[in-house]
Amino acid sequence: MAKEVAVIGVGQSSFVRGYEGSIRELAFEAFREAMQDAGIAKKDVDASIFCSAPEYDKQRSPAGVLAEYLGLIPQPTFYIETVCSSSSSGVKVGYSMIKAGLHDVVVVLGFQKMSEITSAESQERMGRGADIQWEAPFGTMMPAYYALYAQAYMAKNGLTHDDLMNVRVKSGTYGQTNERAVFRKGVKPSDFDPNNPDARMAAAVAWPLRVGDACANADGSSCIILANAEKAKAFSKKPVWITGIGAASEAVNMAARPDFAKGLSVGYGAAKQAYNMAGITAKDVKVAEVHDCFTIAEIMAYEGLGFAPMGDGKQLIREKATYKEGRIPVNVDGGLLSKGHPIGATGGSQMRTIVLQLRGEAGPMQVPGDPDIGLVHNVGGVGLYGSVTIFGR
Amino acid sequence: MGFDKFGRKSFTGVTKTAKFVDLLAEGKIEGTVCKQCGAKYFPPRSDCAACLSKDMEWFEMPKKGTLETFTIAYYAPFGFEKDCPYTMGVADFSDNLKLFARLAGDIKPEDVKVGMDVSIRPLKYDDGQMSFEITKA
Ligand SMILES: [Zn+2]
Repeated sequence: MAKEVAVIGVGQSSFVRGYEGSIRELAFEAFREAMQDAGIAKKDVDASIFCSAPEYDKQRSPAGVLAEYLGLIPQPTFYIETVCSSSSSGVKVGYSMIKAGLHDVVVVLGFQKMSEITSAESQERMGRGADIQWEAPFGTMMPAYYALYAQAYMAKNGLTHDDLMNVRVKSGTYGQTNERAVFRKGVKPSDFDPNNPDARMAAAVAWPLRVGDACANADGSSCIILANAEKAKAFSKKPVWITGIGAASEAVNMAARPDFAKGLSVGYGAAKQAYNMAGITAKDVKVAEVHDCFTIAEIMAYEGLGFAPMGDGKQLIREKATYKEGRIPVNVDGGLLSKGHPIGATGGSQMRTIVLQLRGEAGPMQVPGDPDIGLVHNVGGVGLYGSVTIFGR
Repeated sequence: MGFDKFGRKSFTGVTKTAKFVDLLAEGKIEGTVCKQCGAKYFPPRSDCAACLSKDMEWFEMPKKGTLETFTIAYYAPFGFEKDCPYTMGVADFSDNLKLFARLAGDIKPEDVKVGMDVSIRPLKYDDGQMSFEITKA
C-alpha cells in the first residue's frame, strides 16, 4: 500500500437547518475541529482548497474570502466545484498537489449554507445542476431524475418499496447516534404507511420515490487536512492514508445514459480506478460511506462498488449485511438521509466518518473488528460526477 | 422562433439549434446528424463530439420506441407547480437514439409501464410554447 498522502486532521460542523451565522463562520466550525485534531498551526498549512455548489453562495469567489477569515493567507487558495461531490474532488486535487511536490500540507474545506435561499429557489437552482437547455424546460428536479433510475431498476431487478424503506430505517437507526446529524429520530415502517394519518414519509414526491426516500437540505461544513508522508509522520500519531482515488463523469442528459437499471455509471467507473490504485477488491473494504441522497442511490452504490452483484443490491439490505455488525457496514453514521446533505460539505463529512472509523474513534458508531480499510463514494448531480476514495491505516 | 419558445418554460435564450423549435411548429421532431462521420444526436447538437466537425444536418427522429423508464412528479420546481402531477420519461428509439420528455396527459399514470411501446409528437401549449411529448404507440 502506497503511503504517500495522509489525512492528518478531520472536522465537521453540526449539520443543521438555518445555521445562525455567515458562510465564513460556518467554515470556521469544521476548520477549527480539523486543526485541533491535526495539532498543527496555520503556518504549517501551505495551501487551501474550498469546495461548494456556487448557486447557493451569494459571495462570489468564496475561496479567498474564507481563506482570509481562517487565517490561511498569504498561502495560495483554490476553488473546486462538482456539485454534490465538490469536497471529494477537492481532496483529489489536494492529493495531486501534494504528490506533485507543490505543497506539503493542504486544507480541503467543503461548505454549504443552503438556507441562504428559499426552498422554491433551491428546487429551481438544484435543477440547473442538470441539463437546462433540453431537460429543465419539462419541469425536472433532482427527485425526478433519481426516480427515473428507481423505476427502471425496480422493474428489472425486483426491488420493492419495502427495500427502499428499509434503507431509510437503517439510516434512522444510526442517525440517532450521530450528534452532528440534522435528522436524529428513528424511522419505523409505520412512518411509510399511507393509511397512517401521522405518517410523515409516505407522500409521493416523484413516483416511485416518497418523502422518506429523500435526504434533507442542510447547512454544514467539513474539513480534511492532507499531508505528505514526511509531514504526516511528524505531525500525526494516527495518519490515515489515501490509497486509492477514482473519478468519472457521465452525460448530463438522460437521453444519453446507458442503462437506468444498472445504476450510475460514474459509480462503477470511479470504483474500478480506486480499487486498482489501492490494489484491493471490494471484499477488502471493512466500512464504507456511500452517496445516499435518495434510498435508491444507496442500493445502486452497493452494486457499483462491487459489494453485491449487479441487480442484487437488495439482498444486502434484506439480510442487514450493511448494518454495523454485518459483512460490509455502510453509512453507519446515518448517511445523507439522516445527516442531511449540505452539497459542498458532503464528501468531506463522509471522509471524516471513515477516518474516525479507521482510527477507532467513531464512538457509538464504531464498527467492530478494528477496520483497517474504508471507502467513500460521493456522487455529484444525478451521476454527472462520481468519486471514490479508499483509505487505509 | 427563438429558443425561449421551447418547452413549458425555457432556460436558454440563444442556441445554434434554435431551428428545432421551428421544426416542432412544422410538426417535425428532428435531431442532427454529422455530415462528416454520420454520428446522430438527440437532443440536436450543432457540433460533432465524435469528429469535431461543425457540418451537421437535420434528420427526423424515428416514431417507434419503447419506454425505458418514467417518473410521476407530484411536486414541481418553481414555475411548473400548476402542471402537477405530470409524468416524464426516457424513450429508446434504438440506433443509439433516446429521448427525454413528458408523457402525454391523456395517458393515465396507472397505465404507464416500463417497456411499453411509445411514439412521439409535437405539442403546442396555450401560451404558444412549443414542445414534444411521448405518446402511446
Ligand atoms: Zn462527426
